[in-house]
Amino acid sequence: MAKIGTVISKFYNEYISKTPKKLKVIDAYLLYILLSGIVQFVYCLLVGTFPFNSFLSGFICCVSSFVLAVCLRLQVNPENKVHFAGITPERAYADFVFAHLVLHLVVMNFIG
Amino acid sequence: MVIAGTKKSPISKLNSKTGISSLIIFVILLLAWIAGFSSRLFAVIRFESIIHEFDPWFNYRATAYMVKNGFYNFLNWFDERAWYPLGRIVGGTVYPGLMLTSGSIHYVLHLLHINVHIRDICVFLAPVFSGLTAISTYFLTKELWSAGAGLFAACFIAIVPGYISRSVAGSYDNEGIAIFALQFTYYLWIKSVKTGSIFWAVAAALSYFYMVSAWGGYVFIINLIPLHVFVLLLMGRYSNKLFVSYTTFYILGLILSMQIPFVGFQPIRTSEHMAAGGVFALMFAVCFLKHLQSVTSKSEFKSLVIFGTLIAASVVFLAVVLLTYAGYIAPWSGRFYSLWDTGYAKIHIPIIASVSEHQPTTWFSFFFDLHILVSTFPAGLWYCIKNINDERVFVVLYALSAVYFAGVMVRLMLTLTPVVCILSGIAFSNLIEFYLREDDNGRVEESEEEEHGTPSKRLYDKAGRVPKMKHEQQKESESSNAIGANLRSIVSVVVLLLLMLFAVHCTWVTSNAYSSPSVVLASYGADGSRQILDDFREGYYWLSQNTDDSARVMSWWDYGYQIAGMANRTTLVDNNTWNNSHIALVGKAMSSNETAAYEIMTMLDVDYVLVIFGGVIGYSGDDINKFLWMVRIAEGEHPKDIKESDYFTEQGEFRVDAEGSPTLLNCLMYKLSYYRFGELKLDYRSPAGFDRTRNAVIGNKDFQLTYLEEAYTTEHWLVRIYRVKKKDEFNRPRIPVAGRVVKSPNFVSKKSTKRKKGTIKNKPVVVKGKRTSVNQ
Repeated sequence: MAKIGTVISKFYNEYISKTPKKLKVIDAYLLYILLSGIVQFVYCLLVGTFPFNSFLSGFICCVSSFVLAVCLRLQVNPENKVHFAGITPERAYADFVFAHLVLHLVVMNFIG
Repeated sequence: MVIAGTKKSPISKLNSKTGISSLIIFVILLLAWIAGFSSRLFAVIRFESIIHEFDPWFNYRATAYMVKNGFYNFLNWFDERAWYPLGRIVGGTVYPGLMLTSGSIHYVLHLLHINVHIRDICVFLAPVFSGLTAISTYFLTKELWSAGAGLFAACFIAIVPGYISRSVAGSYDNEGIAIFALQFTYYLWIKSVKTGSIFWAVAAALSYFYMVSAWGGYVFIINLIPLHVFVLLLMGRYSNKLFVSYTTFYILGLILSMQIPFVGFQPIRTSEHMAAGGVFALMFAVCFLKHLQSVTSKSEFKSLVIFGTLIAASVVFLAVVLLTYAGYIAPWSGRFYSLWDTGYAKIHIPIIASVSEHQPTTWFSFFFDLHILVSTFPAGLWYCIKNINDERVFVVLYALSAVYFAGVMVRLMLTLTPVVCILSGIAFSNLIEFYLREDDNGRVEESEEEEHGTPSKRLYDKAGRVPKMKHEQQKESESSNAIGANLRSIVSVVVLLLLMLFAVHCTWVTSNAYSSPSVVLASYGADGSRQILDDFREGYYWLSQNTDDSARVMSWWDYGYQIAGMANRTTLVDNNTWNNSHIALVGKAMSSNETAAYEIMTMLDVDYVLVIFGGVIGYSGDDINKFLWMVRIAEGEHPKDIKESDYFTEQGEFRVDAEGSPTLLNCLMYKLSYYRFGELKLDYRSPAGFDRTRNAVIGNKDFQLTYLEEAYTTEHWLVRIYRVKKKDEFNRPRIPVAGRVVKSPNFVSKKSTKRKKGTIKNKPVVVKGKRTSVNQ
């Protein structure tokens, strides 16, 4: 267990020093989305799932925003440039916006 | 390949080369579309522009309703004319994609002032979509292998009988557009796996949404794609591209699929969809671990991984098990059990087993529907496995699972057909490439081998599809092959002959087996002349013209949609078999004797009973042949009243002649089918009452109906309609004379208050009065 503790602290230090600022912004956004998703889930556990579609659309909206942001982070990360040959960061942001357009249209339809 | 070939040549040459090759591709795809479209028109040419079979009639009726009343009224449509007295919520129990597609085509055409009737759009929808299927198959195969293989695959799928069987003109069913959606979704999925772009993944999710709106078979996609991802993970082929495409596709597909009212919350509630969610969670775990791996050293990573996977796996597993037990996740439905255990449906759900297209496939039908493709597709599969990469793993899994499902159910042949076309396209393309490559090199020395490999392939491809062109092509190929080895020419000629045979076979099967509307029948006389038997429409038309608008017609469920669509009358059960006990009640009425059936019929307010009887013309799909299923379904719900064994003879045979079991000879279905049939002499050689379908003289010839009367029988006796008598219309024969006397004293006592004299003496007069009322 002690080993895991040292690993985590090392991980944290490396993150602070090595990650580009752009990615840190995305990470902050990810954290925010994660928290809001957790809040919704806890709320649903406490209060109940009565308008189930509303809960689902809110929760899935969080999950998919998270997913899309993770994808965006993967695509704009300079380390991953080799994997995403045809995708420039600009293209990645455009795709991200397009996916969000689709997502929010659906969510608005579903939220009732 | 084209690009590889033209890299070295000058730019102008490159332009003309790509121009020519894209022109060839365009022409071939166009020809494939036209060939596919026109080979589906046999039914329209031979009969007329009419909706076929059973389910298409409902789809047509729903489409017509939507066009007339608007989309929102369609979604809220409560159909009180079906499933009397229950009714059916149509909007929430239907996949609306088909109706929306043809409805929007209708809308656009009417905006342009092209006034096409909605029926014609419905009739020609499936043939038009077959062309789109061919094009998306081309793109899919191009992503998987090469453009040449794609052209082969497109031409194969345009004419292969396994797909034509569900998409002839007039067969207005979900599958017609669903196969296009299936292929297109797979194409976009492969594209997104290859590029790792969010855009393609979103496009795949949108296409998946269209598929969900069109057909219940979307479950195949939502299980196959996670399986692909899972197998890639197991093979150690995880990449960030895969993560991007799968997670985006899954989460958007999930919320999109829940927009269809019929699907509702199923994607998060049923076990069929759980695999996709599990793989989604797994992808996140793997991605997280890979990320850790990239930032930490190896030994540190190992301890983290072991710790992490153990926790993650146990949490996911426990969660699914607990949720299933708590009832949040529904266990697998019966239809899916019947896919794993072929005997399951027969034992537990007779209503699924009773449908002929749910039977296991025979070897014969594999050959019948796919012809040479069934023997060449393993070759393509082998090529794919040999040169494996991420997307070929997908096609291998697709092939294996589809072969399994096609073996279980005839109907799922439809999902096998596209992958067989793809793999055969790959096999043929490889074969021809191998045998013609050097030859092309020899003939045109200065050009690259690949450059000419593709165009020549395309020529053969084209030749394989259009039989008339073949001879010319063949001569050409022979003359050019004469330069090369004899073997090459022999092989290419043999391949061309095979393809020619395939085209001939496809045309033959389409014209003979799959182009019958089954609403209109055709019979051929000894001199080859064709007779049209239009009894179904005759019977339904009679119903629509001669019965009350609110009349309720009882028939076996097969004909429910047709009665609703053509006669526009209320039905009790129809092809949407959602309520088994209601169907069992109708089955019980059909299989009990007249008295017991009359009780059920009055309980259900039945006005007319419709039976299909093929004994006069030898039509084998009639109600007597389906009768055992009625008995079985009724027995499932009413085991005390109906027993299947009662309907067999002591030797265990099902016979309608004099040796048949007395229960059978006296049940309602038998009587309605054979009423007055004993008097009918079909020709001078056979005795009266000879049933041509079952080749037997019927056993119970001379009987009268007490509770029903014959209302209408069509020209060839195919449709027989009976009216259920009201209670006051028949003289109750079973009431003994003593019973009648009991009534008359009451009557007498009433009269006796007014006139005491002569009432008892007038008693016979009272009875006479009753009789005359019956006669009226």
